[in-house]
Amino acid sequence: MTVELTLNGRPVRAQVEADDSLYTLLRALGVRSVKCGCETSSCGLCTVHLDGQPVLSCSVPAPRCAGRAVTTLEGLQSEARLLGECLADEGAEQCGFCASGLIMNALALARENPSATDEEIDAYLAGNLCRCSGYVGQRRAIRRYLSRIASGEGRA
Amino acid sequence: MSNRVVGQGVRKKDAMALVSGQGVYTEDIAPGGCLCVKLLRSPHAHAVVRSIDVSRAKEAPGVACVLTWEDAPKTRFTQAGQTYPEFSPYDRLILDRHLRCVGDPVAIVAAETERQALAAIDRIRVEYDVLPAVLDAREALDNETLIHPEADWRALVPECGADNRRNLVAHGCDQDGDVEAELACCDVVIDREYETHANQQCMMETFRAFCMPDAYGRLTVVSSTQIPFHVRRIVATALEISKSRVRVVKPRIGGGFGAKQTAVCEVYPALVTMKTGRAAMLVFTREEAMTVSSPRHAMRMRVRLGATRDGTIRAIDMHTLSNTGAYGEHGPTTVGLSGHKSIPLYTHSLRAFRFSWDVVYTNTMSAGAYRGYGATQGIFAVESAVNELAHALGMDPAALREANAVREGEVMPAYYGETAGSCALSRCIARAKEMIGWAEKYPRRTLPNGHVRAVGIALSMQGSGISGVDTASAAIRLADEGTYNLSIGATDMGTGCDTILAQIAAEALECPLSAISVHGVDTDVSPYDTGSYASSTTYVTGMAVVRACEALRAQIVRAGAKLLGCAQEDASFDGEAVACEASGRRVSLCSIAEAQMTAGMDAIAAVASGGSPTSPPPFMAGCAEIDLDPLTGQVKVVDFAGAVDCGTVVNPNLARVQTEGGILQGIGMALCEMPVMDERGRTMSNSLLQYRIPTRQDAPRIRVAFEPSYEKSGPYGAKSIGECVINTPCAAIADAVYNACGVRVRDLPITPEKVLLGAKGEP
Ligand code: FES
Ligand code: FES
Repeated sequence: MTVELTLNGRPVRAQVEADDSLYTLLRALGVRSVKCGCETSSCGLCTVHLDGQPVLSCSVPAPRCAGRAVTTLEGLQSEARLLGECLADEGAEQCGFCASGLIMNALALARENPSATDEEIDAYLAGNLCRCSGYVGQRRAIRRYLSRIASGEGRA
Repeated sequence: MSNRVVGQGVRKKDAMALVSGQGVYTEDIAPGGCLCVKLLRSPHAHAVVRSIDVSRAKEAPGVACVLTWEDAPKTRFTQAGQTYPEFSPYDRLILDRHLRCVGDPVAIVAAETERQALAAIDRIRVEYDVLPAVLDAREALDNETLIHPEADWRALVPECGADNRRNLVAHGCDQDGDVEAELACCDVVIDREYETHANQQCMMETFRAFCMPDAYGRLTVVSSTQIPFHVRRIVATALEISKSRVRVVKPRIGGGFGAKQTAVCEVYPALVTMKTGRAAMLVFTREEAMTVSSPRHAMRMRVRLGATRDGTIRAIDMHTLSNTGAYGEHGPTTVGLSGHKSIPLYTHSLRAFRFSWDVVYTNTMSAGAYRGYGATQGIFAVESAVNELAHALGMDPAALREANAVREGEVMPAYYGETAGSCALSRCIARAKEMIGWAEKYPRRTLPNGHVRAVGIALSMQGSGISGVDTASAAIRLADEGTYNLSIGATDMGTGCDTILAQIAAEALECPLSAISVHGVDTDVSPYDTGSYASSTTYVTGMAVVRACEALRAQIVRAGAKLLGCAQEDASFDGEAVACEASGRRVSLCSIAEAQMTAGMDAIAAVASGGSPTSPPPFMAGCAEIDLDPLTGQVKVVDFAGAVDCGTVVNPNLARVQTEGGILQGIGMALCEMPVMDERGRTMSNSLLQYRIPTRQDAPRIRVAFEPSYEKSGPYGAKSIGECVINTPCAAIADAVYNACGVRVRDLPITPEKVLLGAKGEP
């Protein structure tokens, strides 16, 4: 079947099977930031925004995205830059394989709850696994990011 | 001496690419039209393929090839990434008729799409002769069921004591002094058994590789691997082709932790490319990565630890039974670390030790290398025994360690007779205690809500590379505008070694970090390196970089002197220009770089190697504070303080994050990570739901401090860090649990069930 959707602001038409996931579709469309780490909706690596809300692209059927707006890290480069820099300054991206999913979800958090506490950060991002960092460096980075946007930085 | 670039917490060179989601990993750079490779896997723990019918699969739409044991080469090999001749026996075929664990590959299918490959797999018909399976390591030795009865099974290093007629992969003993006599004189002897399991590395990027033919008829393998040069040899051996026909490229890697020190996936797409002449890619599902991969060796360790009444540790006797699973990858070597990197911690007062081991085959998933590589298991056992000794003596476990821990300058008989040339372990203990507030918090206090807070401590050591074995080369050349190209064979798997090695080069060449471009691994281009494992990169490859840079400096001086028309002896290089002392004239590095591109000048490039007769251990002290709910038995780590001696800290940010990550992996091993197998040998913990790794909400406050010593043989005084940091949580948390409620858990992980049953006095 054919689906039409908006990908990072541009209209896209693609052929999909009824049981293809959004993740499969995005990779087929050449989106490289989106990663997959499991088959059980457990890792968060595949997080993208659907109509502005974070979703696990591995668990959203592609046909359900018809007529909707899908945003990946490729489409949020300027908004994501400051958070990326905060992570880099902590060395909190190690292998980086979890980074795209984490950043997509953390940007959603920052939009929803820019004054999140550490507990709220951990709860919101609990579904984003990272095996390298031990999370504490990422926590420091996200805290710094939230305080920097609170002081007016980084909103492009 | 103060360093400019070494010691700075600079960003990783690839950081911004990673955080902006650039497609830099294996799957991202696969060519279009790559065949999708899938494996049909054995449902039985032990069986022989009686017949296999692939005719319907071959006719299925989109199928390019279906391969069975009849189509695969018949030369046995090992997938272990080790220097040749490997300690791991040559006991594998790409596809074997004899299946030795659930998940062993039965057939390879390659098709245009994943859907087509999976559909074709469903059309293969196999009949199996099911054999009795050996699932318990304790029953493996001399079992009448032989896992590797084949005549062409081969141990390349017979000294390991391997014997396939006994299901034995290694067997041996190492000792110093008369351990029985010393134990007989001790006032207190702790005699206990400890057990650890086949933990999964769970790197976020599972195993994957794609292969393609190149324009010269050679095979290119692009793989998410820690061991590109070993993969070249392994693939060539398995395919029965010359190594010169294989090129291995390593792009960015989504984590490894040792898992990718085994060539778990490469041979399958390589065989497909050989047979079809087409590009082919295999990406392991998470289920495959959980069920047929290269986890930690499950070990059962008996420790006898003797001390005098005043708390002087006199003797340690340890036996390790290690389960290597269906194949011997890393079996003979991991076991050694369980004793050789735990017993030496107590060198200071130890009069005798004995360490013996058996490593056995079973019909379970083949084990491999996981960060810590046997030391993690052994340190859990020895450090737990030391804690038990402290309680038996009525001593503070931290004080017992202060009295007995190895000190700088001591010869460590249990560590291959090497000397602790750099060791700040005593400072680490003091620092970790101070950070956690040991004096106020030991052993426990009860909170108003009934929960109990308690602390526990453990020490750790590891090595820095494999002494006398690991080797690394680095190549550096002067490039345009006076910048440098550094080429290495070490594999950055997220650890940041590309950046760390560039920092070392920038220090040696007195230039800004930005002047160094690093090129990661392509076996056709990069200088040889055994790979990134055994905590070798900073120490071994780092030394190669230092030496290459020294050689390059000499060439820069020679070229500068030639341009200035002065004698080489009169010229010196300060990182920016070569100056002639006599005339005071200078020629800039930039001009030298340009000059080498004109006739009459030599190219300025140097290659040098690193490799060390010793493996200086990094050390660590770790203190855990836990919160225990006596009603549920639930244990939560609330604070973890780690003090690390990794020698000079090259990049504090990267070292800190490595330490934090290692500690949390250790906490996972201590509390929640448990591989589960059913009675038929099937791994039930086959997803991230069943095998639970810590999430952000499980991550406690983790604090890290460095107590650097200076390791003279290392680059700018550095030792290693990657593995040492995973070893303390298990024993520290186990003792905190004991301090909280009196329950001693000797079989990891420490589940609420074990705590509650233990509290009721049940085993
Ligand atoms: S791939 Fe793991 S949650 Fe989507
Ligand atoms: S940085 Fe490797 S998984 Fe998060």
